[in-house]
Amino acid sequence: MKTMMKLFLAGVAFAGLSASAHAEDKPTIEIMSSWTSGGEAAALNVIKTEFEKRGGVWKDSSIAGFGAADAAFQNRIVAGDAPGAKQGVIGLAAADFISQGLFNPIDDVAAAGKWADALPKSIHDLITYDGKVYLAPTGAHGESWLFYSKEAFEKAGISQEPKTWDELFADLDKLKAAGMVPVAWGGQPWQQTKVFNMILLSQVGIDGFLKIYVDKDKSPASVEGVKKTLEILGKLRGYVDAGAAGRNWNDATAMLITAKAGVQFMGDWAKGEFTVAGKEPGKDYGCMIVPESKGMVYIADSLWFPKTGKAETDKAQKLLAEVVMDPAVQVEFALKKGSVPMRADVDKSKLDVCAQKGVELMAAGAIVPDQAIVLTPQQVGALDDFVDEYWSGGSDDTASAAGNFFAIFE
Amino acid sequence: MSIKRKPNLSATIALLPTWFVAVVVFIGTMAWSIRLSFTNSTLFPSSTYVGLAQYSKLFSSAKWLASLQNVLIFGVLYVAGCLLLGFLLAAALDRKIRFESAFRTIFLYPYAMSFVVTGLIWQWMLNPALGIQASVRSLGWESFVLDWVVNRDMAIYALVLAGVWQGAGLVMVIALAGMRGIEGEQWKAARIDGIPVWRIYVSIILPQLGPALAAAGMLLAMGVIKTYDIVVAMTNGGPGNATEVPAKFIMDNLFGRQNLGLATAGATVLVLGVIIAVAPFRYIMHMRDKAKGAA
Repeated sequence: MKTMMKLFLAGVAFAGLSASAHAEDKPTIEIMSSWTSGGEAAALNVIKTEFEKRGGVWKDSSIAGFGAADAAFQNRIVAGDAPGAKQGVIGLAAADFISQGLFNPIDDVAAAGKWADALPKSIHDLITYDGKVYLAPTGAHGESWLFYSKEAFEKAGISQEPKTWDELFADLDKLKAAGMVPVAWGGQPWQQTKVFNMILLSQVGIDGFLKIYVDKDKSPASVEGVKKTLEILGKLRGYVDAGAAGRNWNDATAMLITAKAGVQFMGDWAKGEFTVAGKEPGKDYGCMIVPESKGMVYIADSLWFPKTGKAETDKAQKLLAEVVMDPAVQVEFALKKGSVPMRADVDKSKLDVCAQKGVELMAAGAIVPDQAIVLTPQQVGALDDFVDEYWSGGSDDTASAAGNFFAIFE
Repeated sequence: MSIKRKPNLSATIALLPTWFVAVVVFIGTMAWSIRLSFTNSTLFPSSTYVGLAQYSKLFSSAKWLASLQNVLIFGVLYVAGCLLLGFLLAAALDRKIRFESAFRTIFLYPYAMSFVVTGLIWQWMLNPALGIQASVRSLGWESFVLDWVVNRDMAIYALVLAGVWQGAGLVMVIALAGMRGIEGEQWKAARIDGIPVWRIYVSIILPQLGPALAAAGMLLAMGVIKTYDIVVAMTNGGPGNATEVPAKFIMDNLFGRQNLGLATAGATVLVLGVIIAVAPFRYIMHMRDKAKGAA
């Protein structure tokens, strides 16, 4: 059946080839990404500018929404009309494509650029499959951030960052009393799962977190940690506004920018929105790792390079991989996107206060991987379902909910 | 059955492409999907058979069960709502009112819009922070609540509301065409007998519109099975599982969750469901034709 599939793919690919027989000499590449918000687009533009400066031709096909972009990408792959590059997370999502031989390795670029020395070992391991490097990392994101509007905090009379969840809830009460929305809640399942994860990390610690997600540990300590996490998550329900369901993360960030809301739980890409709006970290808004947390959840983005059968695209893929890992591009990209550079050897002095906190945690190894890195897409989906159901179901029965949580891994 | 005459060769050849399309495209893809539902396929098709494992997984999924229940509620209310509202609109227009064609255009207009647009409009209108609730509150009625889209118990009815708003126009047009086909003599006769207007509609007009309304209902019902875009635009299946529908469950698993096996199992169940729902009707029709033939 595999050969039939391949024949089919080859046939479609051939049909596509003959249509674009008059190829250009310049390395041309079509980039598929879901980076469409202000900060994301600006960051992608950093790569584009440098890529074009080095003689490449760039064709943008951005699709809003992570899932929509993924679906479009899979359709294009199956139709034998793969784009030259696709933005995707580092993790198990790429594994199936690579094991089917659909991606080009970029081993020679990685060897020439000494990626093994420049990248943290854990990241280098994650982009390597069967001894070959396949993915070009763009940047890492910390996901355990609590952003707050300084203006809103001032209005509510909050003078310092909360150290514990109890203090945070006291502050949220103050914000509510001052007539603001305490929490700007992004109401999509993936966003809610990230909040669940950051609370979990603060409750079970780094080892506990890895035990649960990597070892699928169901010991009483893990169950207790999940229960405590659900309690805190459930308590947050009282502090979000009625329009939260289905809200985009950048719309939630806008509520902080306009000081309509006090805090937002989000990954550091939210900084990109603040930057586009002309707000400065430390001055207009604050960033802290969620209370009681000794580490940070991270996720890493990369570019994937599907096989297209076109020589100029293969050339462009290598050029793009080179550009993405260029130290100057890494820093500039991180500044625009709000992420942390992947290379350990870049000039960190340019990074803002928040990113520097993130870099410190990374350097200290106080990080745990996002679920997309360690779980299969099916399990990630089941986790989203679980958190969404608990959040919107209004149930406070944390014991049975914890049972549902561990059922995800079965 | 005996062959009465030789099949016409050129006609057979002319029909070959049609046969090819029917067998390969329709039946072939269906068979391919059904085959996949018995494998452990994830992102790409696999040929490791796992028996009914995907089906047992499917029916132990709370999300799938919720989606079946939701599509049932949505389907019944949507079709019934469209038929009722469409009939009422048609009856109103049939009263030879002024500006009839203008009203007809207005009522039919929503049907020309994509479900995505409809869904987004209604999402905004029903969103408590942006839409009707916020406007009414800003006028001074502080306790006014219209939060269907974000309310677990009401979200499915918000979908019905948007769906009926969109679909009623179609029923109206079909019903109106049917009404115009009814002879004026019947009206005159009924008037002379002094029958009230509503009674004429219920007892005389409605029975004659049976086939027209059945056709409209069938069109709407087919839309129900495919319900996807309006849900994505309006609620994205939420809050929780409150508006999850089978088509969306299948799409999510096909793409986002890289779960071909489970998705095709869902699709197979859906096809079986349609066959089971349609079979009795086909059977009745068949029997009726036979009875007619015998008589």
